[in-house]
Amino acid sequence: MVRVEFLGPIGKEAMEVEAKDLRELAQILKADEQLRGWLKECAVAVNDRLVDDLDTKLHDGDRVVLLPPVCGG
Amino acid sequence: MLEIYPGELEVEAIFSRWYAWGAKRNFGAWVTFVGTVRAEGGIEALSFDIYEPLLRSWFDGWQQRAQEVGAVVRMAHSRGNVPVHTSSYMAAVFSPRRRVALELLEAFVEDFKANAPIWKYDVRNGERIYAKDRSQPLAGSGLLDL
Repeated sequence: MVRVEFLGPIGKEAMEVEAKDLRELAQILKADEQLRGWLKECAVAVNDRLVDDLDTKLHDGDRVVLLPPVCGG
Repeated sequence: MLEIYPGELEVEAIFSRWYAWGAKRNFGAWVTFVGTVRAEGGIEALSFDIYEPLLRSWFDGWQQRAQEVGAVVRMAHSRGNVPVHTSSYMAAVFSPRRRVALELLEAFVEDFKANAPIWKYDVRNGERIYAKDRSQPLAGSGLLDL
């Protein structure tokens, strides 16, 4: 299982899913109405490292976080 | 060198501590930036969420970059509510040389705005409203939007 967390203003509880890579995870998340609109705006980190490849493999116990647009200071 | 506090920063205390830390380390220049919450748009406060693991790795990258030119970066940021006319963000560069400190601080603060994993909300009547129009997508955003 992979744990997926939704940061900042997304306001969604973390979930556990089965997905072998980010492409498969994207398909799962796409079906979630609450995430509609967020996916196109969010960056993705796997185990606290930002990633830019949909073919990034996921393994049991991995943690994926979705990061919406930021504004510090 | 990265400090996170609940609520508004105690600017004078942090400033004094940083000054005392740097005073005996033979830095020729110390440049600071303090961000203060302005009263505008009817807000009573700003509010912040922080994703600390990524903020720390982002900050560590900057510390390494600073070390390469003999400098040190320090930063303090609030999480939670920060009322108007108080401060949520402090950054500083200590360096042997003035030019390095000035340039590094500017680059650091600009990159902070674009890449630090922090989310800002306006607070009106006790309600947090995501400051979406002032927010910037991180590099690689939209990856999962098939």
